[in-house]
Amino acid sequence: MSETKQFGKGQRVVPAQKAQKWYPVDDESQPRKVRKAIRPAKVRESLQPGTILILLAGRFRGKRVVLLKHLDQGVLLVTGPFKINGVPLRRVNARYVIATSTRIDISGVDSSVVEKVSASGYFTKEKKAEKKTEEAFFQQGEKPEKKKVASARASDQKAVDQSILAAVKKENFLGSYLASTFSLRNGDKPHEMKW
Amino acid sequence: MADIDVKIAQWKLVEVGRVVLIRRGPFIGKLAVIVEIVDHKRVLVDGPSTEENKIVPRHVLPLAHATLTHFVIPKLPRAAGTGPVKKLWEQNEIDGKWAKTGFAQKTESTHRRKNLTDFERFKVLRLRKQARFEVQKAHAKIRAAAPKA
Repeated sequence: MSETKQFGKGQRVVPAQKAQKWYPVDDESQPRKVRKAIRPAKVRESLQPGTILILLAGRFRGKRVVLLKHLDQGVLLVTGPFKINGVPLRRVNARYVIATSTRIDISGVDSSVVEKVSASGYFTKEKKAEKKTEEAFFQQGEKPEKKKVASARASDQKAVDQSILAAVKKENFLGSYLASTFSLRNGDKPHEMKW
Repeated sequence: MADIDVKIAQWKLVEVGRVVLIRRGPFIGKLAVIVEIVDHKRVLVDGPSTEENKIVPRHVLPLAHATLTHFVIPKLPRAAGTGPVKKLWEQNEIDGKWAKTGFAQKTESTHRRKNLTDFERFKVLRLRKQARFEVQKAHAKIRAAAPKA
């Protein structure tokens, strides 16, 4: 790439990028070539959709939830159901989960809603339009605005949970089982227990 | 002189026909009968149960690995083969008698408890709670009806 420039009466071809005056002192390091291929995550056999899981980490640790679907790279889409134990539609890492042998029939769940929820970007936070000003920071007496749950999210939650709640009602004790949390007691050996 | 009752001691003896419970090794928890005494430490046993998973093949068992049970197969000939042993085993209903003992029932229940799933454990917890509540209610009623001391 070069361009011609007018200098007085004559024209000269000037390169767009000048040659460097000095050689660099250090050699530029070359990034290492990655020889590993990214393979799709393999999910455990026990993690079939409809399985009741015990969450082991995060805000909802100990909660028993229903598995809806596998997402990319070993991520699971789960739901409480929200009405029973307060766990919303949520993504969890398959590693931090115990699969129990109890299954719920989730064939009645609206697949279009699940598809919508599992699309990438569904769970990303919306960026705030207005930034916090300094004035707002110093206004102490006023209470900060309460976070509002997007109504679309709430309606999606309801649509997914509806048929699951109906399935849960069919079996005795299943509702209170999902509502209860799991924790280890004295003498419990999780590696020897059956789930 | 006072009268003294002399009774024959109810020892469990190592004898041909004595049913033993195996406590160690590959046949742990299974029943077998002593067929022949090898020496003061070892016996030849045979456990021809009708159930596939309870069969103990004929082998020499150290007595330290066995516990004597109350059951004896009477008139078991010395060194009887598996066929006759099986016949007498069934005639004496050893499996049925054993299942009725407290020891067998307790082992069975611990085994079942251990193999419960998470949901079943929860159900046991709830049902026990319900049963306890009923008992406490009945007790409270009795206590209220009783005259105050």
